Amino acid sequence: MSHSDGETKMPNSANPSSDVAEAPGDIVEVLTEGHVLRLFVTGSTPRSLRAITNLQAICEEHLAGRYTLEVVDLYQQPEQAKQNNLVAAPTLIKSLPDPVRRVIGDMSDEQQVLVGLDVEPI
Amino acid sequence: MTMSANGVRPRRSLKKALTGIEGFDEVTGGGLPQGRPSLICGSAGCGKTLFAMEFLVRGATQFDEPGLFVAFEESENDLVENVASLGFELQDLVDQNLLQLDHITLDRSQMDEAGEYDLEGLFVRLGFAIDSIGAKRVVLDTIETLFGGLSNEAVLRNELQRLFGWLKEKGVTAVITAERGAGTLTRQGLEEYVSDCVILLDHRVNDQVSTRRLRVVKYRGSLHGTNEYPFLIDEDGITVMPLTSTTLDHVTSEERVPSGVAELDQMLDGLGLYRGASVLLSGTSGTGKSSLAAHFAHATCAAGERCLYFAFEESPSQILRNMRSIGLDLRRQIEADCLRIVSARPSHYGLEMHLATMLKEINRFKPSSVIIDPITTFISAGSAADAQAMLVRLVDLLKERSITAYFTSLTPGNGEMEATEIGMSSLMDTWLYVRAVEADGERNRLLYVLKSRGMPHSNQVREFLITRQGIRLTDVYLGPQGVLTGSARIAREERERADSAAAKLQAQKDQAMADRRAEAIEAQIAVLRAQLQAERLESWQIQQNREALELEESASREAMAKSRGSQSPVRELV
Repeated sequence: MSHSDGETKMPNSANPSSDVAEAPGDIVEVLTEGHVLRLFVTGSTPRSLRAITNLQAICEEHLAGRYTLEVVDLYQQPEQAKQNNLVAAPTLIKSLPDPVRRVIGDMSDEQQVLVGLDVEPI
Repeated sequence: MTMSANGVRPRRSLKKALTGIEGFDEVTGGGLPQGRPSLICGSAGCGKTLFAMEFLVRGATQFDEPGLFVAFEESENDLVENVASLGFELQDLVDQNLLQLDHITLDRSQMDEAGEYDLEGLFVRLGFAIDSIGAKRVVLDTIETLFGGLSNEAVLRNELQRLFGWLKEKGVTAVITAERGAGTLTRQGLEEYVSDCVILLDHRVNDQVSTRRLRVVKYRGSLHGTNEYPFLIDEDGITVMPLTSTTLDHVTSEERVPSGVAELDQMLDGLGLYRGASVLLSGTSGTGKSSLAAHFAHATCAAGERCLYFAFEESPSQILRNMRSIGLDLRRQIEADCLRIVSARPSHYGLEMHLATMLKEINRFKPSSVIIDPITTFISAGSAADAQAMLVRLVDLLKERSITAYFTSLTPGNGEMEATEIGMSSLMDTWLYVRAVEADGERNRLLYVLKSRGMPHSNQVREFLITRQGIRLTDVYLGPQGVLTGSARIAREERERADSAAAKLQAQKDQAMADRRAEAIEAQIAVLRAQLQAERLESWQIQQNREALELEESASREAMAKSRGSQSPVRELV
């Protein structure tokens, strides 16, 4: 698993589990209920920023307190592109809960994002 | 646009990267455009992936250019396994950082699109891979797969165009493979974006025989051959056949090589064939063409040179056995690596494949003579016109290499020439014809030199004998019904021998008789001479007697006159 926190931004502070930052390898065990999300962006282009903002808003609205979001800048960690089999950017990978799903784009289509997150719109 | 040209010359203006793929660099005059993307397109199973992979492997192993292979269809493991059969050990290259494999998958069922995106992820991925091993060569196989994974075609097109530009900026020589579409070179029209060099691979099946072909559709800034070049894929990878050399500038040799049959050399100016000559040996079936060819092979090996024997009707062991029966032991020469017999069924491949295989064998074995036995079977692997075109190229290729070539050709029994022969004859330097004649309940073989360029050659028809000690040519007898062969010839020889013996005896007899007659005459002469002697003696005695008488007479007359005194003065006065 590559939950490296190195250069990632962790804009989400509403993390219900305080263990996450210290033991990223244990996320799977700890957060059996929550969503584990990683968003891969390419630098701070308008599209990247839009994706981050949009996604945060959606998560806060639908998954408040029940998710972790890691934002990875591919320019900073280019090896992540192959490791996560990325082609498009931005790409969101939801590794938990099963099944693993991906959402690509600037997350402007909320309905599609929710489909990808397996979240029933409220 | 580039001008079409059959002769391919390298141009200094455009830098090219040698691919290392046999024959391809010749066809393109130096390989693919360096630092630019090239498009390799073709239908499924035409060899695109292999071509691309060989380009990388050769680059890594021969030109010290590390390569990145991005597979959109096959997994890394599949790739490693698939090309292992071609002798490419990808894992070794990967371990040495000379090659990197990356399998990119896009599963639409696990992916949703929510808003704008680009392919920057791919760019980062490629960039990282390229930089990590210092790749100079990149393969994208088959990038069009992305169209199946992403729905926004406009974005994709835009991004691909950007990608190709980006690859160019990176300075990598890239190969992009694409599936052929209906009526277009690629399904997604990638040729619009990759416009420097487009190579089309083709895999055609005619009469259940498949042939792979390669064509340079476009090569901006470079002359290139526009023909379709056959290529083959075997355990050594891809071999493209640079065909039809349009120039007839091969070096001709004054050197002579034995044909393997002393009497035949005698017919050819007493010296045999020219080195590098093409010899056509045609004849009806069972006339000993293969045997003559085997003699030639034997002679080549005996001279310490190499001979490559392509047998399209017999297996090597069969040839060995058959030749042993006429006193030719080829096994030793095979063991000494002087002779190599390659057998294949003509229908096994298409003509181009045959040509490619043969050229490959020739390049590998480097023989000084080659036997193709027989060329007529190629017609069964294609049409007569195709066979002829292929043979023309084969002859050219052999001539270029100064390889003496022996082609046997089967002609139908009715004396008609085979279609190939009519076309081939002008290419051939020496044409030997073996004909069977049937007479007196026998079938015998006749050989004559139909033509032989550049040397005085015999106009005689010789009888062609296959004996336990090999082939022999003997003079034929001309009789009132034409040439006499076989038993008729032997009978005639016998008769002549008998006739001459009788004549000799008669002469002896005649001489004895004459001698005897002469002796008789001589005896007669001796008798006559004795008679003559006797006559002469008698005549002498008679004379003596007469003189004695006369002396007596005169003495008595004087005595009488004395006694008479002057009794006769009157008389004295008278």
